[in-house]
Amino acid sequence: MLLYVVPLLSIALALLVGGAVIAAAGANPLRAYSQMILGALGSLHSVAEVLVKSTPLMLAGLGVMLAFRVGFWNIGAEGQLYMGAFGATLVVLQGWSLPGIGFLPTMVVAAVVAGGCWALIPALLKVRLNTNEILTTLLLNYVAILFVEYFLFGPWKDPLTLNFPMTKLFPHDAQLPRFGDTRLHWGFVLAIMLAAGFYLLERTRWGFAITVTGENPRAAAYAGIDVLRTLVIAVVISGGLAGLAGMVEVAGIQLRLVTGISPPNAPYGYTAIIVAWLARRRPLGVILVSILLGVLYVGGEVLQIETKLPTAIVLVVQAMILLFILGGQVLTRYRVALVREESRSVAA
Amino acid sequence: MSLLDLAGPILQAAIRAGTPLLIAAVGEVFAERAGVLNLGVEGMMLVGALAGFLSSFFIPDLTAALIAAMVFGGLAAAIHAYLTVTLRSEQVVSGLAITLLGVGLTSFFGRAVIGQVARGIEIYRVPVLSEIPFLGRVFFQQDALVYVSYLLIPAAWAVLYKTHLGLNIRAVGENPEAADALGVNVAATKYGCVIAGGALAGLAGAYLSLAYTTMWVDQMTAGRGWIALALVVFSGWNPLMVAAGAYLFGGMEALQLRMQAVGTGLSVHFLTMTPYLVTILFLVNASQRRRKSRPPASLGVPYFREERKG
Repeated sequence: MLLYVVPLLSIALALLVGGAVIAAAGANPLRAYSQMILGALGSLHSVAEVLVKSTPLMLAGLGVMLAFRVGFWNIGAEGQLYMGAFGATLVVLQGWSLPGIGFLPTMVVAAVVAGGCWALIPALLKVRLNTNEILTTLLLNYVAILFVEYFLFGPWKDPLTLNFPMTKLFPHDAQLPRFGDTRLHWGFVLAIMLAAGFYLLERTRWGFAITVTGENPRAAAYAGIDVLRTLVIAVVISGGLAGLAGMVEVAGIQLRLVTGISPPNAPYGYTAIIVAWLARRRPLGVILVSILLGVLYVGGEVLQIETKLPTAIVLVVQAMILLFILGGQVLTRYRVALVREESRSVAA
Repeated sequence: MSLLDLAGPILQAAIRAGTPLLIAAVGEVFAERAGVLNLGVEGMMLVGALAGFLSSFFIPDLTAALIAAMVFGGLAAAIHAYLTVTLRSEQVVSGLAITLLGVGLTSFFGRAVIGQVARGIEIYRVPVLSEIPFLGRVFFQQDALVYVSYLLIPAAWAVLYKTHLGLNIRAVGENPEAADALGVNVAATKYGCVIAGGALAGLAGAYLSLAYTTMWVDQMTAGRGWIALALVVFSGWNPLMVAAGAYLFGGMEALQLRMQAVGTGLSVHFLTMTPYLVTILFLVNASQRRRKSRPPASLGVPYFREERKG
C-alpha cells in the first residue's frame, strides 16, 4: 500500500511547497492551482495539449529508464533529444525522402541514429576508458545545444524569417499527421506503442540480459552475458529514444527546427530523468507520470499567460516531487513494528 | 605591443574566470572527502548567485550579500545532507534534484530583476604587490573575493591534511565504520562538509553575479557547477590541484572570450563549446590515472550505523 501512498503524498507535499512559492511571489496559490487544473483539463483541446507535452517525456523517459535498467546514469537525454531533432532536420533539408511515403521514415531513422550516436560517446568512454558517465552525459548536453544553435544561427537559418534562428517550415510530407484540429500528433501513438514494446522486450533473452547486467554485472558475466556489449547497445537505444523525442517535437509541433525545442525553464531531457525515476522503471509508470507532468506543463503555461507567474514553477514542483519521493522511500524501506517491552528484553 | 602586454589582460581575466570554479570545487572536495557526492553544485551556485544579487540590490552592503549567498547555498546543501545522510537516499538523484530545484527557484524569483544592475565588488589594488611588473597586474589587481580565494587554497589543503578535523573528514570518507569506532561523529562530519560545500558553492555563485558580472541572468552559471564537479575528479580530491585546474579552465574561458571579442572567424558557438569538451577530456585523463588518484572509498555509499559489524 505504501507503494502508492508515498508517491501521492509526495505530489501533495510538492504542490504545497509550490503553493508557498506562488504565495511568496504575491499570488493566491489556490487560485493559481485551480487555474492550472482548469487550464490543463478544462477542455478537449487542453487535454490534447497535455498529451502533446507528455509525448517527448514518454519517449525520452523510456530511454532514460532503459539506461537506468542497465546501470548507466544517462543524464544526457536533453542533448540526445537535440541531436535527434538535428538528425531529423538534416534529412529534411537535404531532401532525403522516400518516394511515395515522404520524409517521416527517414526522419525517424536519422533521429534515432543521431541520438544513439550521441549516447554512444559516453557509453564507449565508460566501457573502454572507465570514465564516469554522469558528468560526461551531462556536459554533452551543453555541447549538443550549442552544436544545434550553430546551425540555426548559421547555415540553416531561413533568410525569410529575418533574424529569427529557425529553419524553413518543413514540407507537408515531413510533418507528423495530427488528430482533428488539436496539436496532438502521431508521435503520441508511437510513444505508447514503444512503451508497450518494452513489455515484450522484458520477455526476451536480451531484455533479461539488460536487467541482470544492471542488477549485478558480475553475475551477468558469469551467466555468459556479454556485459559491455549489452550496456553499450542499451545506452545507444536509450539515446535513440531521446532522439526520437526531439524528432516528434520538430515534426509534430514546431514543424521546423528552432531554438528551445525543449522548454528552457523545464527541459524535457531533464524531466525525463524524473519520469524514469518516479516510474520505478516500469513502462506503464512512464506513461502515467509523463501525462501527470504534462498536466503540470500545460497548467504552468496557462498560469503564465493569465497571471504572469514564470513557468519555472513547473520545474520547482517537479524537483520537490523528486525530493519528497526520495525522502519517502525510507518509509517503504522500513516498517514500523510494535514490539512488547518484555519480549524485547528477552531477545536482547 | 609585446607578448607580455597581450598576455597580461588575458591572464588577469583567467584568474577572474577561474575563481568561481575554484571556490565551488574546493567546497565539493570537502563534501566528497566526507563520502557525499553532491551533484547539486550547479543549483547551489545559482541559489547563491541570486541570493547575493537580490541582497546587494536591496541592501547596499556587500558583506551581507556574500553572507546571504553562503547561507542560501548552505541551506540547499542541507536538504541534500538530510536526504543522503539521515535518510540515506540515492546521492545521485538527490543532487540532481537540488540542481533542478535551484534552477527552477532562481528562474522563478529572478525574473523580476533580469536586466537590473546591482552594486558589485570593486577591484582593489593591493599596495606594493600590485606594482610588481606583469605579475602584479595578473594577481593583485583583482577584487576582494579573488584574494579570499587565494587564501582558501592553502587553508583548505591545511585543514584536510594538517589538522585533526581533516583527518576525521578523510577517515569518514574512506572508512566510516572505522572512523565511527574511533569515536568520530560520522553523521555530523558529513553534514558539516556538505553544508560547508554548499556555502562555498553559494559564494562561487555570488562571485558570478556580483564580481564577474554585476547582473542577474537566468541560469547564469552555464554549467560551471558541472565543470567544478569534474575538476574535483581531475584534481584527485586535492585542493591544490583544484586550484591549478580552475585557473587552467579560467585561462581557457578568458582566451575563448577574447577570441570571440576580437573576431577570429571561428564560430561563437564552437568557441563556447570548448570548455565543456575540454572538461570531458580532463575526465577521461583522470580516469586513466585512477591508481594515483582514486575517489574516497565510501563516496556515494550511505552509512548505516545500525549495521556496524561488532
